[in-house]
Amino acid sequence: MSLNYMVPVSKFKRYLPKDYVELVDYGPFGKEFSEVGTKNMGKYKELVEEHPMCSGCWMAYYIKIIFASLPNPEHTVTIGTAGCGRLAISQAAVPFIYGNYGDQNAMASGITRAFRLRFPDQQKDVITIAGDGGMMDIGFSMTMHAWFRGEKFTTIMLDNEVYGNTGGQESGMSIKGAVLKMSPKGKNFNKMPAMQLAITAGCVYVVKMSPTNINKAAKAIRRAIFAARELGPTFIHAYTSCNIEYSIPTPDVFKDAQEMAKGRFAFEEFMTDEAKDLFTVVEAKKKKEVS
Amino acid sequence: MSLNKKLVDMDYLLNEAPREQHFITGAQAMAEAVKRASVDMAIAYPITPQSEVMHLVGDIYAQGHIKEYYRAEEELGTMSAIAGAARGGVRMFTATSGPGLLRGLEAIVSWPGHRIPCVLGVLTRVVNAPLSIQPDNIEMAYLMHSGMIMLHAENQQDTFDYTLAAFAITEKVDVYIPVSVSTEGFFVTHAKGYVDMMSEELAFDVIDPYKAPVPAMDNEVPPARIQRDAPVQKSNFMSYLIHSVWQQEIWDSNRRAMKYVYQYLGGPIEVIHPDADVFIVASGCAAAQGREANRYAEEEGLSVGFIKVKCIRPWPKDEISAALKNAKAVIVPEHNIIGWLSKEIQASIPNGGIVVEGPRVYGGMTLPVELIMEQIYIALGMDSEKLQA
Repeated sequence: MSLNYMVPVSKFKRYLPKDYVELVDYGPFGKEFSEVGTKNMGKYKELVEEHPMCSGCWMAYYIKIIFASLPNPEHTVTIGTAGCGRLAISQAAVPFIYGNYGDQNAMASGITRAFRLRFPDQQKDVITIAGDGGMMDIGFSMTMHAWFRGEKFTTIMLDNEVYGNTGGQESGMSIKGAVLKMSPKGKNFNKMPAMQLAITAGCVYVVKMSPTNINKAAKAIRRAIFAARELGPTFIHAYTSCNIEYSIPTPDVFKDAQEMAKGRFAFEEFMTDEAKDLFTVVEAKKKKEVS
Repeated sequence: MSLNKKLVDMDYLLNEAPREQHFITGAQAMAEAVKRASVDMAIAYPITPQSEVMHLVGDIYAQGHIKEYYRAEEELGTMSAIAGAARGGVRMFTATSGPGLLRGLEAIVSWPGHRIPCVLGVLTRVVNAPLSIQPDNIEMAYLMHSGMIMLHAENQQDTFDYTLAAFAITEKVDVYIPVSVSTEGFFVTHAKGYVDMMSEELAFDVIDPYKAPVPAMDNEVPPARIQRDAPVQKSNFMSYLIHSVWQQEIWDSNRRAMKYVYQYLGGPIEVIHPDADVFIVASGCAAAQGREANRYAEEEGLSVGFIKVKCIRPWPKDEISAALKNAKAVIVPEHNIIGWLSKEIQASIPNGGIVVEGPRVYGGMTLPVELIMEQIYIALGMDSEKLQA
């Protein structure tokens, strides 16, 4: 694994921003998950530190977990779209493409294929990270068709059940009856069944969760990335509340996420037989390396 | 490439390589250019009259001339995937028509700002209601404000040559913005014409994704983009500033492409009878009709000049202004109702009042040479008897 492209020559190093040098020296690049990863957050230079998200934002917390879980951050590209999430994702020390509205999975289809043409021997992980509006409303066709085509990248939906960034409008992922902007009398149709859609469209690994358990969340993200490398599209549907638009007091954000974990975001994990076999091999190998 | 092609530079390919004459459609001409352009990946989505082009490009992929090809979900998906793949450092091609272009326009207009080098075929067609599949180039008006380079082919030969040249221009380090090659649907795409082509064993040099002002986003090339920086999301002032300097650079890149238009296309305009008082100025298929009107006028002993505009962006303002310096009247035949070309010409000369806005046909009508002749007679102050003839 080559990190040469990001390591500065010694004479130039002192002229570079401190943040950059610290990322090279103390960041997770080129290191094993057991050395860095989610278990050691706070003990190394993380890929996301400061961000402009609202106080108590559960989405910002989950985005930190996503970046701490990456198996190979030096060969990862993330793609997102308009929405709250990209405010934090764009602060991560990983190349990020800010696409047009909802086009993240189409763009990922192009770049994943380009990487496979140019780097047949070097795995490049492509991950789209977008909100419920970007994935299931405006980007719906491009999300679904990337899955139907079997594109080998990971899709992560940050579901806060509302258009947070544009000021609290109803989304397809809001629950029926929710009174939001643009649904002044309450939403009159059901929350879209994203997990079932992903399975139907051919995703080989799909998880729905409220990420209250950091290690469980990390395991799902890593499984999704490993399966996308070898087998096909993978999807994580994560609850990332909007404490502003749903008026969740900051001290209660975690409690709300825990309640969701018992409710409509109860943990569900789908995998194909091939994905199951792959995880058995990958996870056994990791354990062996650690011991 | 697995077909053991001889890779050559674009100067040799376009201007020196021996050619043989073929009798093919415009769609075939565009696909034959793609075949010789070392394209890595093409993304297709059907729309009449473009579909033929991407069918043929699909065949070329199946024959091994292109490494990757797929049919996308619709045009926004196509154009977005182009933007993703080009960032991955591969050479890209797609083509569309009228409503498809407009459906993909959100992504297309972001390509120049994202510094996406690629070639877009535009096989023109009606977009406004009532819907029609017929040729009408009104969609080009929308592209004129996108920042991309726009070439407009008169016939099958131009379609072949301009498409090849487009691949070289788009990847120039001092340009590095997308290039569109337009030509009229059906009139050119589905009609045969003579095209001189070089051997298909020759191909344009492969892309070097690191020879770029904005290198490929492949985590292989320094400087690594690992700084935390989202400038446009800072203060409004920073946002204005960054957007404005960035867009200035896009339009400067567009203007810098002009020297390559000279290098590969012999300049942005072609002029016949530069000393005439009355000029016909046209682009694309209308230029073919304008050329014919010019020939009629010559047969009738009338002094009429002709200017073909090959390149809509960068706009050859200086060249057109100089060529029309002594003109008394400028007739601008067009295949659209709004007259985007005549408006550009009016804005390029100090005496815009001499521009005759038309004749225009739209909705797919052919452009009879007689309509252009009628304007010539009026401009020359000829009698009404002649007009009726």
